[in-house]
Amino acid sequence: MELAHKIFVAPFWEMSGAPDLFLQVLWEGFVAGTLYSLIALGFVLIFKASGVFNFAQGIMVVFGALSLVGLHQLGVPAWVALALCIGIMFVLAWTVERVVLRPLVNQPDIILFMATIGLSSFLIGLGEFIFGGEPKTMITAELGLPSGAIDFAVAGGFVSLQKIDIAAAVMSAVLVTVLAVFFHKTRIGRALRAVADDHQAAMSVGITLQQIWVIVWFAAGIVALATGIMWGARSDVSFALEIVALKALPVLILGGFTSIPGAIVGGLIIGITEKLAEFYWGPLVGGSIETWIPYFIALLFLWFRPQGLFGEKIIERV
Amino acid sequence: MSQGSTQTKAADAPGGTAPSMHRDDVPQLHTEVLLDLTNVSLSFGGVKAIRDVSFNILKGEVRAIIGPNGAGKTSMLNVINGFYHPQQGTICYKGKTRRVMRPYIAAGQGIARTFQNVALFKGMTTLDNIMVGRSLKMKRGLFWQILRLGPAEREEIEHREVVEHIIDFLEIQHIRKTPVGKLPYGLQKRVELGRALAMEPDLLLLDEPMAGMNLEEKEDMSRFILTTNDSFGTTIALIEHDMGVVMDLSDRVVVLDHGIKIADGTPDEVSSNHKVIDAYLGVA
Repeated sequence: MELAHKIFVAPFWEMSGAPDLFLQVLWEGFVAGTLYSLIALGFVLIFKASGVFNFAQGIMVVFGALSLVGLHQLGVPAWVALALCIGIMFVLAWTVERVVLRPLVNQPDIILFMATIGLSSFLIGLGEFIFGGEPKTMITAELGLPSGAIDFAVAGGFVSLQKIDIAAAVMSAVLVTVLAVFFHKTRIGRALRAVADDHQAAMSVGITLQQIWVIVWFAAGIVALATGIMWGARSDVSFALEIVALKALPVLILGGFTSIPGAIVGGLIIGITEKLAEFYWGPLVGGSIETWIPYFIALLFLWFRPQGLFGEKIIERV
Repeated sequence: MSQGSTQTKAADAPGGTAPSMHRDDVPQLHTEVLLDLTNVSLSFGGVKAIRDVSFNILKGEVRAIIGPNGAGKTSMLNVINGFYHPQQGTICYKGKTRRVMRPYIAAGQGIARTFQNVALFKGMTTLDNIMVGRSLKMKRGLFWQILRLGPAEREEIEHREVVEHIIDFLEIQHIRKTPVGKLPYGLQKRVELGRALAMEPDLLLLDEPMAGMNLEEKEDMSRFILTTNDSFGTTIALIEHDMGVVMDLSDRVVVLDHGIKIADGTPDEVSSNHKVIDAYLGVA
């Protein structure tokens, strides 16, 4: 009885008792959620076009951020470094298509998945070789990203929003909107979905798989770079960021592997739930709920909706 | 054409071709060679799928490729549109001898096709499936497309109009927004034809366009194929098992058996050929 009260009643009392605190936690969850969404988006792009779960997405985030900071340390102005990094992401996409994907055309998906694991090991090695292993600080101010916080008075207390978090949310929203429109309304977007559905048919109407793959890997690279900048601004730029990418897994299960809106909503649900759970229920079990609760939610979803919230329902005519 | 008119039959279809129209009614004067295959051989490891086959396809004709199962008909189509690469032989298309061939190059040269087992983009709507067929016709760069501004927007609208015409022609207005995975087989075949037509092909390859269809669906499909051939002058090569359909539709027929060409000629010539009868009846 005591325990049930602690689980089901006390936390909600706490929430209603201090709405400012509740809003603060909610906001933290929202910001974490947008970043999870961004990471998941990178996975979704590549999965949609090639049916490959790109294990290297996490390290692409680190690699993008490291390149940016590394170039700046070499004396390249921040904005030029950013442009160069976009270039690096393109070269990476092109190289991956040439060296990894093209020789493996028509191989089973699991082979391609293994190849991306190999790719991620390679990128870790390359990143450490070029930039060294020690954590770096993101060049937030140089890129014109705001710092400091805005405080709002709410219900007797106040809620403090970090400006960088607001910028992250806005940037994610813009990026997601552009990508969603691009992939649903344009020729290349249609071609991409066509490739995802049927390679042979796509080729027969004149779509070149190679071109499509470079485009999606490049898009995923841009998303990775943006994620790297935003995560890097909140913590340090280090290889530990790669672990964050694993949070994308529950997000993908929740939202569906093939859905861009799914990645967004899934990310927000995971972000908000984990922060709320950590803050209000964490003390009951000694904390660290946020490391496992996303996977727990994902598991629940697998029971009821295996294709995810927005996943394409598999249509099978028998 | 309105939504309700999808049930209307041939009489008021675009082009007005009646389904019963027989090829013999129309004087055929095809002389220009569009595609010429000479001594083509294709093998997979030790399996010889096509052995030393030569035939041509004339501009504007309907050419049927027939033969028992495993005769190499689909392999032949795959060779023509670049999925397979014959080990021997030359292929001459529009007067130029091919060297390297890839499906997207073939598509760029005006070769469109449908597949035996319906290869559609199942998660996409009918409209989007056919729009994909316009891929090669749309040229605006990535940059404009991302912005979805000006020229790219105009281009999108232009091509959408063409696609709407095709949808009207194939009488599939009522399924414009339906994901094709949900459609019955006969309609999927029709959407696939639509996607191929959207490429405005010079040579249209149809792999068993009427497989698994009932009589009415077959009549509709025959009508679409004939109208495409008559009104747009599209050259058509088709594989079909229904002999009635082959006789009605085609100008000339090539017969394959075990990868070898055993007959070539008008439907009447071919149907009275002993080798053909033997191959179909299984005489040793």
